[in-house]
Amino acid sequence: MKVIDYAAPKSIAEAVAVLKEKGERARCLAGGTDIIVQVREGKRRDVEVLVDIKHIPELNELSFDAKTGLRIGAAAPCYRVYEDQRISNAYPGLIDAVALVGGIQIQSRASLGGNLCNSSPAADTIPALIAMETICVIAGPGGTREVPVQGFCTAPGKNVLGRGELLVTLKLPPPKPRSGAAYLRFIPRNEMDIAVVGAGVSVELDEGRSRCTAARVSLAAVAPTPLLVNEAGAALVDGTLNDALIENAARLAQAASRPISDMRGDADYRRHLVGVLVKRALQTAIARART
Amino acid sequence: MTKKLHIEAKINGKDTEFLCEPRQSLLEVLRDVLQLTGAKEGCNNGNCGACNVLLDGRLVNSCLVMAPEIAGRSVATIEGLASPQALHPVQKAFLENAALQCGICTPGFILASKALLDQNPHPTEHQVRHWLAGNLCRCTGYDKIVRAVLDAAKT
Ligand SMILES: Cc1cc2nc3c(=O)[nH]c(=O)nc-3n(C[C@H](O)[C@H](O)[C@H](O)COP(=O)(O)OP(=O)(O)OC[C@H]3O[C@@H](n4cnc5c(N)ncnc54)[C@H](O)[C@@H]3O)c2cc1C
Ligand code: FES
Ligand code: FES
Repeated sequence: MKVIDYAAPKSIAEAVAVLKEKGERARCLAGGTDIIVQVREGKRRDVEVLVDIKHIPELNELSFDAKTGLRIGAAAPCYRVYEDQRISNAYPGLIDAVALVGGIQIQSRASLGGNLCNSSPAADTIPALIAMETICVIAGPGGTREVPVQGFCTAPGKNVLGRGELLVTLKLPPPKPRSGAAYLRFIPRNEMDIAVVGAGVSVELDEGRSRCTAARVSLAAVAPTPLLVNEAGAALVDGTLNDALIENAARLAQAASRPISDMRGDADYRRHLVGVLVKRALQTAIARART
Repeated sequence: MTKKLHIEAKINGKDTEFLCEPRQSLLEVLRDVLQLTGAKEGCNNGNCGACNVLLDGRLVNSCLVMAPEIAGRSVATIEGLASPQALHPVQKAFLENAALQCGICTPGFILASKALLDQNPHPTEHQVRHWLAGNLCRCTGYDKIVRAVLDAAKT
């Protein structure tokens, strides 16, 4: 492994300074479950410094308030999110995704920020974050800016972070009344595999609980970046909730997906899975919204 | 020449100092610097669990922890599990259930199982299998391992 230095900044300003100075030669180290493997396997040959961001207080934040919502520090590992009873009660659709990243050992370390910044099209937490209207708080040499999570990834392994920038916080709005969300993925094993397809959805229902007032459908592993399929969400607010409406949304999600064929599945298979998973995830989200 | 870092940490309850290169993993330091060879290198990429240790009480793959990260923290390896008087109940159950063949996966499985029983003393078979999904064994077919963990849960 070529890395020749390890830095452990204690503040955002210190981290920004190192990242700005070193550019491509520095990479943030959160849980390390992607970056250590990539550096070791020679996939990131330019990296000379790992910048451990776990000593920066803001990046370890985890706070929930029913009025203002959830704030997840970018380096907070998965287990902290799903072991928090208030968070798992309020955001079951997020927990669906967070609890299936890797196995126990991975969840002790892997962060949601790392999952997002690694920007794999198959990352499990991103569709859930998209469905839940997450905002990314980014710090950099020019100060702080906010980006909606669906605009964060730009290509496989690439995102909007510029030189000197790091992700600080993921902000999720408070759960709305009569809302529900769910994330489902398909893998050939029961655990520990990369999504063939993932689907994250959220719905808000009217007072009669028979119509959607808002809906979001997001997909993993069917395009170069995670997708937010606006047409599918729009189709769900267009009538009384029934099987036909859900089927139609699933069809629109299939139409929007642009999967490739690889060893995990060919494009047709993936498109088929999109239909199945979107339908099932919607059924779960609607059931959660009704309880 | 890479500069070496001086790290202080608690290893198996003992205050320990060591020198490491910033590129070294915790697994490399345990095995090559501290001569604690109980943690094994299987895959070196997070998939097999043979390198499992407890970092501040939580199960991690030591191949995916950089050695400098453990400064000021505590690491428990398989070497620290038994008391001078007796094996840990999980170790005993692995022996009694013949839950190993070649044994390379065993330290990882035992630490993973201990971590499970510490937080859930009476798991179901399904919970045991789910928890151990991050540990691979090429020899046993897992059944005897699962039985050993369920057995240890009874004691
Ligand atoms: C065995 C195994 C199983 C896995 N299973 C899954 C799975 O089921 N689902 C899944 O989605 N993924 C899985 N992964 C991939 C990985 O665990 C996740 O992507 C994880 O969430 C990454 O988080 P991390 O904290 O470990 O990131 P790191 O490896 O620390 O960082 C990932 C990338 O993001 C950058 N980065 C991290 N934090 C920031 C920040 N705050 N600002 C800017 N850049 C940052 C890093 O520089 C690096 O490029 C698995 C990995 C392994 C080894
Ligand atoms: S050697 Fe660390 S998980 Fe395989
Ligand atoms: S006993 Fe040989 S790998 Fe498990």
